[in-house]
Amino acid sequence: MELMVKAEGVHKSFGRLEVLKGITLEVKPGEVMCVLGPSGSGKSTFLRCINHLEKIDAGRLYVDGELVGYQQRGDKLYELRESEVAKERAQIGMVFQRFNLFPHMNVLHNVIEAPTRVKGVRSEQAVRKARELLDRVGLADKIDSYPAQLSGGQQQRVAIARALAMEPKLMLFDEPTSALDPELVGDVLDAMRQLARDGMTMVVVTHEIGFAREAGDTLVFMDEGVVVEQGEPREVLSNPKHERTQAFLSKVL
Amino acid sequence: MIAAALIYSGANNSRFQWGVVGDFLFDSRILRGVRITIELTVIAMVIGIVFGVILAVMRLSPNPLVSGASWLYIWFFRGTPVLVQLLFWYYISALYPKLSIGIPFGGPVIASANANDLIKPLTAAILGLGLNEAAYMAEIARAGILSVDEGQTEAAQSLGMQRLQIMRRIVLPQAMRVIIPPTGNETISMLKTSALASVITVTELLYSAQLIYSVNYKTIQLLIVASIWYLAMTTILSIGQYYVERHYARGSSRDLPPTPLQKIRWAVLARREWN
Ligand SMILES: Nc1ncnc2c1ncn2[C@@H]1O[C@H](COP(=O)(O)OP(=O)(O)OP(=O)(O)O)[C@@H](O)[C@H]1O
Ligand SMILES: [Mg+2]
Repeated sequence: MELMVKAEGVHKSFGRLEVLKGITLEVKPGEVMCVLGPSGSGKSTFLRCINHLEKIDAGRLYVDGELVGYQQRGDKLYELRESEVAKERAQIGMVFQRFNLFPHMNVLHNVIEAPTRVKGVRSEQAVRKARELLDRVGLADKIDSYPAQLSGGQQQRVAIARALAMEPKLMLFDEPTSALDPELVGDVLDAMRQLARDGMTMVVVTHEIGFAREAGDTLVFMDEGVVVEQGEPREVLSNPKHERTQAFLSKVL
Repeated sequence: MIAAALIYSGANNSRFQWGVVGDFLFDSRILRGVRITIELTVIAMVIGIVFGVILAVMRLSPNPLVSGASWLYIWFFRGTPVLVQLLFWYYISALYPKLSIGIPFGGPVIASANANDLIKPLTAAILGLGLNEAAYMAEIARAGILSVDEGQTEAAQSLGMQRLQIMRRIVLPQAMRVIIPPTGNETISMLKTSALASVITVTELLYSAQLIYSVNYKTIQLLIVASIWYLAMTTILSIGQYYVERHYARGSSRDLPPTPLQKIRWAVLARREWN
């Protein structure tokens, strides 16, 4: 079976700061991988490499068997054209810490913008799909609202629906609940659990240990640009092998 | 104080001949000048805004050739006086009839030269003012584009949208709240700068006044007529801009101060309640 994500020795630097120092990991189709780690360890950067929002400096990164952002001819890598990168990205959904809904569009238009403009889906069909998705995240009644009229938790669920409207084969979540008031976290996590149950392949950067334990198939602990430890979530959480993992978990648990 | 003194002495000085001002205020030539000034301002601003936005988008392009071209344009058009640019376009456009005359050896083309004389200066003025304005609008538009949170572009990119599509659908609509208020200032400035077109014989407001006083020597009176019209137009634009700015301030500040009209209305209502 083809892997959904395959990273081999991925390196990334910002100027002289080396943020990713050789990340190697694999995500199988249908797998939910949670990524844990201290601030500045490179979790967001790695996630952004997966959909080529950041270019990697060395190593190989594949999504569904295709090299991300590059084309290999012989030994050399050639960067893809913008339209080709866009095509790859269209198949990968991303949910951001700060939601990033389009504030000048109402909920419906946030959700149908990309399907109609990028995939050329007919408007009625996109609207039908949007209603269905918004219903699934419990926001059918907010279809005409503008983002500013929604709570953080509602905005984040719209953002999830917006990403799903493109029918992605992989979803990336970058601390989707970190900007939310505690009482709003549950609804967003519920939507994500539902998605995991439906078989979506997900890579989730999160500090929600509970979510990682229950919904995750794999847990990856990152620190200073490397994967320190990974394994079955319960195992890693209750019995961390590495002392850096132990130190981190003792602080957050 | 000085202004007041001037107005006072002006009002009482019979040599000012205020009657003449009144006679010419609605003279058909002056009204035509007003119309041309407005047309010139509007068309030049439209050109300035459209090209300015295009230049701003080019300036932010990852392609160094594209952004370099935009940089060069802005550098050139902001670095030379607009009057020089107007003269340039005027004399360049003046070259064209000669070219067309040169080919058919005189004859029928000379007849159309008359029409050209009228259109050419106006075209030169529109080009000169519009292309110069584009350089300034480019900077305003760029500031507007940069004011939009980068997360917006990233979200759009992650949905598979491409650069120009993201600009048009996501970034520019949000940049408008930053772009529009200074564009009002630019329009007011353009209205006044358009008087420079008088130098290249465009019969806008100032040149229309000049044509009249070159015959009747009522120079001061006609300059006052022109000033009254300029003041009237800039005042209207300023009021418009006040409301536009208020509109775009909405959302950033919840409780807006009342407009002057509202203040007057409230004052009147309060009075009534007293009685
Ligand atoms: N565009 C950038 N330019 C320069 N440095 C950057 C950039 N993006 C990230 N960094 C740096 O890279 C390092 C890793 O950042 P990253 O956002 O990946 O960490 P993180 O693990 O997601 O942290 P957090 O938990 O705080 O979100 C940090 O030191 C950060 O300052
Ligand atoms: Mg992060």
